[in-house]
Amino acid sequence: MSEQEGDNLVSVRNLKVHFPVTGGVLQRTIGHVPAVNGVSFDLKRGETFSLVGESGCGKSTTALAVLRMQPVTDGQIIFNGVDVTHFNARQMRPIRRGMQMVYQDPFGSLNPRMKVADIIGEPLKVHHLAADRKVFRARIRELMDLVGLLPDMADRYPHEFSGGQRQRIGIARALALDPELIICDEPVSALDVSIQAQVVNLLMDLQARLGLTYLFIAHDLSVVRHISHRVGVMYLGQLVEVSSRDELFNSPKHPYTRALLDAVPVANPEIEARRPHKLITGEVPSVRNPPPGCPFHPRCPDAKSMCRQIKPVLQAVGTASVSCHLYDP
Amino acid sequence: MGSPLLDIEHLSVTFRTDRGEVRAVDDVSLHVNEGETLAVVGESGSGKSVTALSILGLIGDNGSITNGRILFDGADLTRLGKADLRAIRGDRIAMIFQEPMSSLNPVLTIGKQVAEPMWLHRDMTWDDAYQRAGELLARVSIPDAAQRLNDYPHHFSGGMRQRVMIAMALACEPQLIIADEPTTALDVTVQAQILSLLKNLTRELNSSLILITHDLGVVARYADRVAVMYGGRVIETTTARNLYANPRHPYTEGLIASVPSLDGNPGEPLMTIAGQPPDLANLPPGCAFAPRCRYAQERCLEAQPSLEAVSEGHLRACFGYDHV
Repeated sequence: MSEQEGDNLVSVRNLKVHFPVTGGVLQRTIGHVPAVNGVSFDLKRGETFSLVGESGCGKSTTALAVLRMQPVTDGQIIFNGVDVTHFNARQMRPIRRGMQMVYQDPFGSLNPRMKVADIIGEPLKVHHLAADRKVFRARIRELMDLVGLLPDMADRYPHEFSGGQRQRIGIARALALDPELIICDEPVSALDVSIQAQVVNLLMDLQARLGLTYLFIAHDLSVVRHISHRVGVMYLGQLVEVSSRDELFNSPKHPYTRALLDAVPVANPEIEARRPHKLITGEVPSVRNPPPGCPFHPRCPDAKSMCRQIKPVLQAVGTASVSCHLYDP
Repeated sequence: MGSPLLDIEHLSVTFRTDRGEVRAVDDVSLHVNEGETLAVVGESGSGKSVTALSILGLIGDNGSITNGRILFDGADLTRLGKADLRAIRGDRIAMIFQEPMSSLNPVLTIGKQVAEPMWLHRDMTWDDAYQRAGELLARVSIPDAAQRLNDYPHHFSGGMRQRVMIAMALACEPQLIIADEPTTALDVTVQAQILSLLKNLTRELNSSLILITHDLGVVARYADRVAVMYGGRVIETTTARNLYANPRHPYTEGLIASVPSLDGNPGEPLMTIAGQPPDLANLPPGCAFAPRCRYAQERCLEAQPSLEAVSEGHLRACFGYDHV
C-alpha cells in the first residue's frame, strides 16, 4: 500500500460534496444537492487524468474540492501522502504552493487593472518568495519565456493580449510557485479553434519539461483523448468508468461512455459516414433529484429491473473500472 | 440541377462602430441548392453569422448592405421592403438561433409561440394553428406535447427549448432554414439529438439548411457542402468530403490539421496556426490570412486573392496555387 501511495500525488477517497438547499422565511436548510456523491480516484505523479462528463456531472466541483476551495461533506483528499481533508486555511497555505489552477475564461480570470508582471508574480508575493525586485523580475521573465510570451510585454495590461495569450498568462501564474499539480478547468474551450492547438501543445510541453501532474476537466473528448493518460467519466456526481486513454476510447464499457463517444462527431466525413450514430434519448436529469438505483438507468438502452433499484459500484472489468450492473459477476 | 434556391452574390456588409466603419462581410458569394445542407464555418469575427443575418435583413440599424445581391428563388432579398421581407421570414425562410433561452419570449406560452407563425402566414384560425402546434411539438419529440402547450419557456430544459425553436422554424414548412450555432450551448449527447432531428426533418420536407458552426466535427457529420470564412470573406468552398480530403487553402489545411480527432495519434504535438484571428476593424491590405500563412509571399501582403475554381465545384481564394 505504501509503495502505491508513493506513486500517487493525489488520492481522492469516497468524496462527497453536498450543497445545502435553503427555503422558507428563515432560509433554513431543507435539503441537499449531492453534486459529488462518492467519487474515488488517484492521480499518479506526472500523468494527466481527465474528468469528462456533461454539465452538472460534478467534474468541476470535484476539482475545486481537491484544491480545498470547496467544503467537503465527506470522504478524504490525500495530497503527497498527507490527509488535507480537514486542514484549515492556515494549514492549507503551504500545501497550496503545490497545487494551482488554470481557469476556463481567459478574460474573466485576469485582473484588468494589473500589469501582466504583477498578475504572474502575485503568487510569489502572497507566499513571500520574491526576495527583492531583481529576483522577482528575473522570475517573471523566466515564466513568460516558459509559456511562450515575450518578456518585454511584462508591463502591459491584459486587454492588450489575445485570448490565447491571456491563457498563457494564466498558465504562467499557475507555474509561478513550481507546483506539482495543476488543475485545468476547460482550459481551451473558450478559445478559437485555431488557437486551441497552441495551448494544448504548450500544456503537453510543460508537462514533459517540468514533470507536472494535470487534473484536466473538459467536455471536448477529442482534446481529452489527445492530452490524457487516464480518463474518468462522470455522470450525476458519480464516476461511471475509469480507464486508460486507449482502453476508454477503443473499448468503452459503460453504456454512458459509449453514448458519449457516439455523440461526438469526428472531424472526418469518411469516418462519419461509416459510424453507427446510436443516440441515447433524454437529457441529464436534475442533480437535485437523482433517480434511484443507477443514475443513468432512465436513459440507458440496456437497463434491467435491477438497475432501477440497486446503485452499482465501481468494479474492475479487465484493466478498467466500471460501475454498471451489466458487468456484475 | 436547376438554379440554386439561395444565391448570394458579392455581398458586403459594413457596421458603423466607435472604431469607425467595420466591414464584417466582404464580397461574399455562396449558394445553397434545394434540399442540401451547407455549413458555413469560421472562427469568431469571420463574418459567418453576419452573412446569415443579412439574408433575413436582421443586421440592425448600425449595419448596412453596401454591395451585392441575395437571390432567393429568383427574388433579390436586399431590394425587398420591410413588409415583404416579413412575409418571407418565418414562412419561407426560418431561423434557429444559438441561445434557445433568449430567443423564446419568456412571458408567452410555448403553444402561442409555435402557433403564431402559422396563424400569421398561413391564414389558419387560431384554434387550428394551436392544435397544429401540438402536433409539431410531438414531431420534435417533446414528450406529452399536447399537455405542454400551456407551459412557459422556463419550464423547459435547454435541449427541449431548442426543440421548440425547431418546431417553430418548421411550422410553415420553409424552403430554407438557417441555424446559427444551434447546439453550442448544449451538452454533447443533446447536441447529437438536436442536429439529427434537424437533419431528418429538413430531409423530410426537402428543405435546404444553412448550418453555421465553428465545429469541424459537426460539419463532417451533417454537411453536404462547406464554405469556410476568414476575415469576412469566403476563402474556400467545396463538398464536405472534398474539403477534409483535399483542402486547398492554407487556412483550411491548418484548421483541419490543428483539431485533435478521435482517430488521430494522441500525445503528439498538434499542428498549429501561428498568430491569431484578424481584427475586422484593422484588416491587413492583402490576404487577411497572410500574416499567419506559412506560404505567404510578397504578393499576398499587397493584394487580395479572389475566389477561383481549382476544380469543378471547388473554389479557393489564394495566390499560392502550388503550395497546398
